[in-house]
Amino acid sequence: MKAFVRQKGLVAPLDRANVDTDLIIPKQFLKSIKRSGFGPNLFDELRYLDEGYPGQDCSKRPINPEFVLNQPRYENASVLLARKNFGCGSSREHAPWALEDFGFRVIIAPSFADIFFNNAFKNGLLLIQLDEATVDRLFDAVEQTAWYRLDVDLVGQTITTPDGETIDFEVDPFRKYCLENGLDDIGLTLTDNSEAIREFEARHRATQPWLFRGEAANQA
Amino acid sequence: MAAQTLYDKLWASHLVSSRDDGTSLIYIDRHLLHEVTSPQAFEGLRLANRRPWRIDANIATADHNVPTSLKERSAGIEGIEDNVSRIQVQTLDDNTTSFGIETFGINDVRQGIVHIIGPEQGATLPGMTVVCGDSHTATHGAFGALAHGIGTSEVEHVLATQCLIQRKMKNMQVRVEGQLGPHVTAKDIVLAIIGEIGTAGGTGYAIEFAGSAIRDLSMEGRMTICNMAIEAGARVGLVAVDDTTIDYVKGRPFAPTPEQWDAAVDNWRSLVSDDDAAFDKVVTLDAASIEPQVSWGTSPEMVVGVHDSVPDPAQAADDTTRRGITRALEYMGLHAGQKITDIKLDRVFIGSCTNARIEDLRAAAAVVKGRQVAGTIKQAMVVPGSGLVKRQAEQEGLDQVFREAGFEWREAGCSMCLAMNADKLGAGEHCASTSNRNFEGRQGYGGRTHLVSPAMAAAAAVAGHFVDVREFVDTPVPTRRAAGL
Repeated sequence: MKAFVRQKGLVAPLDRANVDTDLIIPKQFLKSIKRSGFGPNLFDELRYLDEGYPGQDCSKRPINPEFVLNQPRYENASVLLARKNFGCGSSREHAPWALEDFGFRVIIAPSFADIFFNNAFKNGLLLIQLDEATVDRLFDAVEQTAWYRLDVDLVGQTITTPDGETIDFEVDPFRKYCLENGLDDIGLTLTDNSEAIREFEARHRATQPWLFRGEAANQA
Repeated sequence: MAAQTLYDKLWASHLVSSRDDGTSLIYIDRHLLHEVTSPQAFEGLRLANRRPWRIDANIATADHNVPTSLKERSAGIEGIEDNVSRIQVQTLDDNTTSFGIETFGINDVRQGIVHIIGPEQGATLPGMTVVCGDSHTATHGAFGALAHGIGTSEVEHVLATQCLIQRKMKNMQVRVEGQLGPHVTAKDIVLAIIGEIGTAGGTGYAIEFAGSAIRDLSMEGRMTICNMAIEAGARVGLVAVDDTTIDYVKGRPFAPTPEQWDAAVDNWRSLVSDDDAAFDKVVTLDAASIEPQVSWGTSPEMVVGVHDSVPDPAQAADDTTRRGITRALEYMGLHAGQKITDIKLDRVFIGSCTNARIEDLRAAAAVVKGRQVAGTIKQAMVVPGSGLVKRQAEQEGLDQVFREAGFEWREAGCSMCLAMNADKLGAGEHCASTSNRNFEGRQGYGGRTHLVSPAMAAAAAVAGHFVDVREFVDTPVPTRRAAGL
């Protein structure tokens, strides 16, 4: 996973509540057995005027000029400003893969759906939850200011606006640690907890053998 | 010990270790795998030179991509015409074979939608933790199991460590008290709940569904309710264990052996919230006042009773909501104030992990028996949730009822719920669907989904538009002569 420490990035506003993961990456692209290459199909149904299919050359497709990510002023945006309940619906990790592959590193919204929130942090994305009034204010500022950029500092947990205003944000300490160091949490779990897992498992098997089909349970 | 909720008990009994930062390691008893969210996890395992921690905790099947036509299915994986789908299904088979994971192949009668086959096999048991790379894993909470959807990185984490890193959720109780009206079903209850608390109302919570109306439901009905907890934002839905749960589990292939049975039942009896357990939030609904529900928009919270009308954006509480309603009406091709019963349909889909169990098919068949799908409906299909549901339905003659009415009778899979296979809506088409999501494009590019119960979908298929199934079933079935046949 890519480490994240600090990012000064152009902000793109997606002014829509309840953006679901089907909208972030439609199902036909979930047939891939790879983890990369989803960027061109991020928000496929909003970005293009035709129906997309896997393996297509997206540079030849008709784009929807109305859609925010197709507007030149938001080109190369790395901070996505969104509305409440962003990432609801399907658990597809293809959604954060697509956002990351497109170039986003930070998403700011009043709230996120739980599964998407977990998935995003495991892929080097920083999700920042701010109160609705602050998000409203940022939407206004982005709309009124071309090339509006935010300086997002994970270490200090601050966002600095072009005016020099500083907005503090919360982040789970464990997620922050993994993100700052680009750590794969499987390695951490195995290093720190293998013995504890084995002990738990032995107790669990002794008290509830019906939960296990291998060995003891199969011999019963 | 302080009074505990069911969720508190399940959490405590699977807690391996806790960290000072508030995260915990939770042991996973059952891991269900399917073709869409697992390939990258297996690839990750291989790249890190890791092995699955406990092979016997895993069960796999292909469901999302599989074709539902007998022609394609009869040739097995080789017969899947869509190359990309075939590769994905083949990859699951290769991965599970190489790691020795039990797999129900695409023509095994036990194959089906993961959330239908887990319970059906007794592979979902009370008191378990159950995970799967699919958000509808909440379904299994109907058994008093702690079950939720995970992403692919977490699929890999569970394969490698048999655990997940979690934070404890808050507790919500949704009480549904009283008696449902005739032909009002579990699906109507859960749609009404989502309409009430909203699509993010359960975010951060484990929802326990309780109250007399929930107790009165069959396991099938409870699964329908827990299945859609995620549409209210809650990863976890739960129902306490009672005789209905225990009777359902008994004798299933993966259930405890006769020697283990009494000890298991003793253990399961404790899987209820203590009387004085505290919930962070409680919501109460009156079952008797729930009408058959129909979704009109592009989020499951955009739902009303069948006798209501499409809402007017001008009456929305705030700007964001108003824009949401306006956009949904535009996408759905509906106008403010339009009566739900005036919405004409192009296709009808009875299936999905929400409503493709035997009880669902019986309810739909009871409505269509002796009737005909309206001539204006392009396609009406029934996709059983598993090979075993299909077989059971055929033994009961339900397939004949559906076929004679003009429905297609298909092979098991996720099918048109998410349209990853050939079963999909065309742009602009309205579908009465027993599935769980009405998001834009969910059932096909430009498709317009209306979420309903199986009985309501069946009635809509016959009428060609939405009707109140309660009034519909009271009208006599037309004789062939009277119908001009």
